[in-house]
Amino acid sequence: MELLLDILFNGVAIGSVLLVAALGLAIVFGLMGVINLAHGELMMVGAYTTYVTQLVFKLPLLKPYYNSYLIISIFLAFIVSGVVGIILEKTIIRKLYGSPLETLLATWGVSLILQQFVRSVPLAYGAGLIISLVLALFIPTLFPLKIKDSINVKYYNLSAWIISAFSGVLTASWISSSISRLSRPDSRNVDVTAPAWMRGQIEILGTNFPKTRLIIILITLISVIAITLFLNQSAWGLRIRAVTQNRQMSDCLGISTEKVDILTFGIGSGLAGVAGVAVSLLGSVGPNVGGNYIVGCFMVVVLGGVGNLLGTIIASFGIGIMTDLIGAGRLLTIWPQMPLPLATTIDFFATTSMARVMIFTLIVIFLQFKPTGLFPQKGRMVEN
Amino acid sequence: MSLNRLNLNKITTLSIWIILIAVIIAAPTILPVFRLNLLGRYLSLAIVALGVDLIWGFTGLLSLGQGIFFALGGYCAAMYLQITSSSEFPNNIPEFFALYGVNNLPFFWEPFKSPLFTLIAIWLVPALIAGMLGFLVFRNRIKGVYFSILTQAALLVFFNLFNGQQKLINGTNGLKTDVTQLFGQMVGSESIQRLFFWITAILVIAAWFFSKWVVKGRFGNILIGIRDDEPRVRFTGYNPVIFKTIIFSIAGGLAGISGALYTVQSGIVSPQFMTVPFSIEMVIWVAVGGRGTLLGAILGAVFINYAKSLVSEALPASWMFIQGGLFILVVTALPEGVLGWMKGDGPRNLLQRFGFKRKIETYPSLEVNNKEEN
Repeated sequence: MELLLDILFNGVAIGSVLLVAALGLAIVFGLMGVINLAHGELMMVGAYTTYVTQLVFKLPLLKPYYNSYLIISIFLAFIVSGVVGIILEKTIIRKLYGSPLETLLATWGVSLILQQFVRSVPLAYGAGLIISLVLALFIPTLFPLKIKDSINVKYYNLSAWIISAFSGVLTASWISSSISRLSRPDSRNVDVTAPAWMRGQIEILGTNFPKTRLIIILITLISVIAITLFLNQSAWGLRIRAVTQNRQMSDCLGISTEKVDILTFGIGSGLAGVAGVAVSLLGSVGPNVGGNYIVGCFMVVVLGGVGNLLGTIIASFGIGIMTDLIGAGRLLTIWPQMPLPLATTIDFFATTSMARVMIFTLIVIFLQFKPTGLFPQKGRMVEN
Repeated sequence: MSLNRLNLNKITTLSIWIILIAVIIAAPTILPVFRLNLLGRYLSLAIVALGVDLIWGFTGLLSLGQGIFFALGGYCAAMYLQITSSSEFPNNIPEFFALYGVNNLPFFWEPFKSPLFTLIAIWLVPALIAGMLGFLVFRNRIKGVYFSILTQAALLVFFNLFNGQQKLINGTNGLKTDVTQLFGQMVGSESIQRLFFWITAILVIAAWFFSKWVVKGRFGNILIGIRDDEPRVRFTGYNPVIFKTIIFSIAGGLAGISGALYTVQSGIVSPQFMTVPFSIEMVIWVAVGGRGTLLGAILGAVFINYAKSLVSEALPASWMFIQGGLFILVVTALPEGVLGWMKGDGPRNLLQRFGFKRKIETYPSLEVNNKEEN
């Protein structure tokens, strides 16, 4: 019983990291058909946002609120990664709808640039840049209609850009002067330490569980519920689903597909940022942190069936439990008297990397029987 | 007009070939050994690029896992060299086995004592594995991005598998070749490296002729048909699975040859050949050179790698930015690649932008144009 609970908890913990990472991808890939290889780097941006937030909250001014920095950084990470994603969509991906292979290559280029960016640009300047971009995107939406329609709108836009650039520079110089660690480029990995109330273990049904794992499960749960509610209950969610089903018809009925695309991509990227917060709690944060997850995320989406959140959830928990079963050699503990050849085989795969080998092989075998995943989209088209 | 353009194409291609061959012939006398060795390596990468062009440029299959076959070829070559020059080590097996307490050569390495078998295995083993993988995937009509993702997953599987196997293939350390012996000389020595340069140069040209032969005729037409409209090919009565499997295993074989040549010239083969970035880089060589133009694949591989080594020597941090920018630029602005741009309307449009207006074609000549292009 205890063993079963252990397996279940570990599996769910591994699966929930996968799920929160794959959730954004499932939306972008499943709903828009865009292969975003920079998804891992958007996670990295979220993880670095957590790191910067943590350091900022260590300053004397914000020290009293240090315990709550993680909750704030979840929102910040969502916004920061979302804005990076929106800029990505506006500049590059928009030109490539309908040609997924080209998107794949372009986003890979983006991921290389983002990786090198955090290596060779001080994080303080990065933070300043992000703040100016956020403001530049946000301020023009506040203009009243009178200005938006007026002929002088470009001057207002220009002044908005100037204000945001100025505040970006101001933030950058403030951060770099007050936190010396962020003022120079650093390609080493950094560590995010959870506040005291999150460290340690908690006892459930006689077994000890680390609190950070529980927090990650909680983050995942909230993200899943929020995104499901958004897609199924809100007006914009309805529009997103409509565009997914039939882009041309939605366009004809007056839905602004352009706005829907930006929104979908922004939300998907923002969720990557939230995943970054979760990942930063698990280990050190470095430029390559996203690369470790990206292939696993794609496998989750493919296994679950594209464009289907339920499939994504089941697939990620399935993969999580299987990883724990194989990687920790649990089958040996469950059934100690198994025949020797089987036992050596299981022992052979009982490491994290070999478990990965086994899982991917199993997925490929599974796709032999169900090529479109657990929950395929129904349709009668030759091509989907 | 169309006659002109046709001539222009032929002249461009011919002159590029002449320059390429002149460079290859002149290189051993002009370049210092270090640079010559680099050029040899990059020429060997051109062979894997040809394979990528065959499957991506002509058949529309974007494989992100060519590194598997590249590394397999490399391992075959490296193991042969290690085994033949292991007579002074205990048990007459390569040195690293002793570190992990292995006393007998693992059975699957036995045949690699024979040079002939090795020469065949270098391309046959990757081709067979590619064929098997390809058949499993294509049989289920998994295509497009799903194919790309699955090949990437396969790459990770092989990487983890090879990384962990110390007792069979020296795991993450890889197999060194430059201190092994061939024809009584060190493989890392200058004379052998010069020999390998020539072999590589000849094999690149041979691989180009082979690829050209593959994409010519009806087989090539079906490949292009699969790229442009696969269901239509299927409904016309062809089975795309067979063609895709064949072309994928051909590309795998080419990758194996390329990997073997690269290994003997760089002196080591390790699971690093199977990392995700390296396999995606292979795609960008082809994309920059021009997909669907075999010559473009060769040029792209050689030039980008040479640029990479030059830039990395001068400004180590900037190469990632340049490479990332290259990916974005080539996809958004130059989807045909440099060679495709030159062969198409690119130069004329550029001239037009600078004010050299071309004569607008009249209706009858347009018609003639279309006929001749078909």
